[in-house]
Amino acid sequence: MKAHGTVHKYGDNVDTDVIIPARYLNTADHKELASHCMEDIDKDFVKNVKQGDIIVANMNFGCGSSREHAPIAIKASGISCVIASTFARIFYRNSINIGLAILECDEAAKDIENGDEVEVDFDTGVITNVTRGCTYKAEPFPEFIKEIIGKGGLLNSIKQ
Amino acid sequence: MAMTMSQKILAKHAGLDSVREGQLIRAKLDMVLGNDITSPVAINEFNKAGFTGIFDKDKISLVMDHFTPNKDIKAATQCKQCRDFAGKYDITNYYDVGDMGIEHALLPEKGLIAPGELCIGADSHTCTYGALGAFSTGVGSTDMAAGMVTGEAWFKVPAAIKFNLTGSFNKYVTGKDLILHIIGMIGVDGALYKSMEFTGEGLKSISMDDRLCIANMAIEAGAKNGIFEVDEITLEYVKGRVNRDFEIFRADDDAVYSQIIDIDLSAVKQTVSFPHLPENTRTVDGIAEDIKIDQAVIGSCTNGRMSDMRIAAEILKDKHIAKGVRCIIIPGTQKIYLDCVKEGLAEIFINAGCVFSTPTCGPCLGGHMGILAAGERAISTTNRNFVGRMGHTDSEVYLASPAVAAASAIAGKITGIG
Repeated sequence: MKAHGTVHKYGDNVDTDVIIPARYLNTADHKELASHCMEDIDKDFVKNVKQGDIIVANMNFGCGSSREHAPIAIKASGISCVIASTFARIFYRNSINIGLAILECDEAAKDIENGDEVEVDFDTGVITNVTRGCTYKAEPFPEFIKEIIGKGGLLNSIKQ
Repeated sequence: MAMTMSQKILAKHAGLDSVREGQLIRAKLDMVLGNDITSPVAINEFNKAGFTGIFDKDKISLVMDHFTPNKDIKAATQCKQCRDFAGKYDITNYYDVGDMGIEHALLPEKGLIAPGELCIGADSHTCTYGALGAFSTGVGSTDMAAGMVTGEAWFKVPAAIKFNLTGSFNKYVTGKDLILHIIGMIGVDGALYKSMEFTGEGLKSISMDDRLCIANMAIEAGAKNGIFEVDEITLEYVKGRVNRDFEIFRADDDAVYSQIIDIDLSAVKQTVSFPHLPENTRTVDGIAEDIKIDQAVIGSCTNGRMSDMRIAAEILKDKHIAKGVRCIIIPGTQKIYLDCVKEGLAEIFINAGCVFSTPTCGPCLGGHMGILAAGERAISTTNRNFVGRMGHTDSEVYLASPAVAAASAIAGKITGIG
């Protein structure tokens, strides 16, 4: 499985309140949540994002609330993958559980810039910066997590 | 193999003799919690996957607290969905307007969490129950849905930071000041993926309300859970509330910690977190400039308990809040609300010019009941001061204890008391 897209770059501690502000949590509709994705940190995100694009950020991405609406909004906005130096743990869990691809890679997070074109190979963990012709290596998922993703998310995996 | 408190609880619930840091385990749950924002997502996923049963109707809690009493039609629709689900599956611990409270004030009060138990909740502040010596952690809605079906969840066994507490707090210094001090020291990701384990002779002087406040904000340091060693204060609190057997887990003497931090409680000062991260802390004695406020909020799952109400009332008694300031006081549960009425606190608050409301999470997350306009500034006893947390992205939230918030409401600017 691969992802390929243009990067939207953010800094440290991107919290779930800016990913999807609580004023929009009176709905669980994926499309409606996506229409407000990143609104309080990047008002133009929704306008600019294209199917397959990639979010890259630094430390502690997704900190704060446990709202699954945050990875749902990101996924439903068309984002194919989030790369960060580190993720807040609930966001990390939620992303795996709903099938949003995420990778921890400090080197890539520091080096990749806004607007770069990036390709991700999830089987090998290799991230290629097409714009600048270099590669980075992320930790691949542990087997346990691969199994959840392979079965199409947590609920499908427990169903089986 | 030597284990921490958290590791022992996880091992027991996974049916293992021991676990080690980093190990992936599947463990049995004693409680699965959701609220009116996270449960609808869980229920949608539950239905979509075609499940038709729950693991135990007594071990699921659904609490309608975030946008209640319903702030708009969409919020009402979400609560209705939860109510219908609770009715369909005969869920015992369903709490709606009239008997609800803010979830993390309510569950301990009702005796729904006991020492040594394992709880997940689709709310990040589920870590609150570590105050009772339980392992309790926030998860998302899909984990909640899976937990409701199977009674189990997967965990990666965490390492731990040990906080060895000594001494006792000075007057008007509280658990809130301690946890803000700690977050200021280690940062908002200082305990990422880890447990924060609180121990030491200083525990003797930390009330259960303060412990609940401290454990509540473990997530603001990125922690998986915060947990207190069980002692007489814990046992006194659960007496008469928890009517089932429970087990007390203590860390092994030779347990390994990623870090050990010693804190003398008498050296902790009244502390405020400046915008826009909880780690931006300053002690009030070091604030020289005038930071005028438009609003003060006293309440939330962090500081909406009886001792919080009492300390606010002590400071507001026979005083009036500054002209131009709105002060919103929100007790955590119906019981606390009623006790405030019985003890005369409600009258003190109203005479001081404050709003005194039914329990709700409301303003903490910018939901309702106290939203800030652009350029406005609030001091708040809540737990997050992120950009836009309480309203407009150009508003500011300063986090503090109920004592500092009440004193600031009177002064019209951020100030300590002492």
